[in-house]
Amino acid sequence: MAKQIPLVDYLELGDDPHLTANECTACGARFFDRRNACASCGKTEFNRVAVSTKGEVRAFTIVAFAAPGIPVPYVAALVDCGGTSVRANLINVEPDPEHVTLGMSVSLATEVVGTDDHGTEAIGFGFEPLGG
Amino acid sequence: MASDDLWILGIHMTKFGKHPDMDLVDLASEAVLGALSDGGVEMKDMGVIGAGNLMAANAGIGQQLQKQLGQTGIPVYNVANACATGATALRVACMAVKAGETDMGLAFGVEKLSGAGLLSGGNRKSDSGTWEPSGRYGAVAPVDGRIGTEIMPGVFAQIGMEYGHRYGGTSFELFAKISEKNHSHSTLNPLAAYSKKMTLDEIMGDVMIAYPNTRPMCSANCDGAAAAVVVSGSKLKTLSLEQQRRAVKISASILTTDPWEESCQILPDVNTLTRNAATQAYEQAGIGPSDLDLVELHDCFATAELVHYDNLMLCDVGGAVDFFNSGATWRDGSMPVNVSGGLESKGHPIAATGIANVWEVATHLRGEAGDRQIAGARVGMTHVIGLGSACGVHILEKAA
Ligand SMILES: [Zn+2]
Repeated sequence: MAKQIPLVDYLELGDDPHLTANECTACGARFFDRRNACASCGKTEFNRVAVSTKGEVRAFTIVAFAAPGIPVPYVAALVDCGGTSVRANLINVEPDPEHVTLGMSVSLATEVVGTDDHGTEAIGFGFEPLGG
Repeated sequence: MASDDLWILGIHMTKFGKHPDMDLVDLASEAVLGALSDGGVEMKDMGVIGAGNLMAANAGIGQQLQKQLGQTGIPVYNVANACATGATALRVACMAVKAGETDMGLAFGVEKLSGAGLLSGGNRKSDSGTWEPSGRYGAVAPVDGRIGTEIMPGVFAQIGMEYGHRYGGTSFELFAKISEKNHSHSTLNPLAAYSKKMTLDEIMGDVMIAYPNTRPMCSANCDGAAAAVVVSGSKLKTLSLEQQRRAVKISASILTTDPWEESCQILPDVNTLTRNAATQAYEQAGIGPSDLDLVELHDCFATAELVHYDNLMLCDVGGAVDFFNSGATWRDGSMPVNVSGGLESKGHPIAATGIANVWEVATHLRGEAGDRQIAGARVGMTHVIGLGSACGVHILEKAA
């Protein structure tokens, strides 16, 4: 199998791919980026926690017109994963309003984004309709 | 008038649209000279300048303007605050006058955006070489289009859709109808970049940018400038009766940023900071939403206008769809919104927008809006939001 690297460092690969967040130990606020402190309470200690791989689409758009080099159309969404909001594309679904609906149940899926000159695959993630 | 009141003494906006023969300073000069002349004052009367420009924010537009109109040595604050840049420049003038540092201040905003395409959202270079994590997410490749979207039409589409998910009642057609209203309003505005009426079919059948926003449902990139002269109540008392009669009271001037909310770093929360700004503005002005005769709000996309009906408390919580469907926000309705045509047709030269909307409302309060005059208008509100985020709200009242 080709060597793999996650598209972003908050995507955990392996047998059970999932997202991880920096959770503030003081107030519980969750963040996906590298933190200097908590934007909610200002404290500076965080635990790395796993985010649910199942969620509900709270908002979406179907982008038909994007910057050069970005394939369209694609579905961008805000997914509520058990109380933690996640930004992601919806994948493995027809990108039209008949197939993508507000409130639909989705689960995390990974896909190959590309391969670099050394044969390493970058693995990205999206959410796909639950139960096909 | 109380001595520590703030007033708009003079105000002006240029025609929005294409100005290929004018540079930033030409456009800003036209707006500033217009505002000074409108107020019956000169550059030497100004004690401070709040200067707004976003796309060339490091170029010192305030001092460039002074080099053409008058190097009087007064402090210039060059500001950039995304789409709230104009409102921020106005806030600077208001704060300086309110603080007693000067009794008259100038604010202007200018932008040249004609021909600009999609704003934000990075170009994607070919992915090659060696994957190398970088940035705060340790990304090995650009994420726009791979992990959601960064383009504004897509971000604001989701903001409207989220409102629909929470309260129901939204649809592609509903959002398009909001755009239909604003394009209809624009036919009466000679300063709008686009003043063509559009049918619902034309709007829905136009090029899709980011569902449910088609091209005419997006703010129009264009060139333009606007400027205002702010004066203290005590100084205004010393000016002519005609200047006092045409002066427009700034009953509230508010700027907020987005307080932390669970999902705000995932999808920008444009709601909480707008609601906070509106709450503070109503309190500062001592009025409520029912006192407003017209509102110019930040319809950067048709999907955004809907949520701001709610955020500005023009309707009940969750009631924006019913409120719009009642016809309230058309110019002949109970709460006319964006009678200028809004950003979708008047245009959105970013830094000018937060002063141009004040010009629109002030012109109605003065009874000088011509064919699109809202009869008997006495109180109005302006609202802008810049992603990042910043929200500016002003409440204006006709002189007694
Ligand atoms: Zn915290």
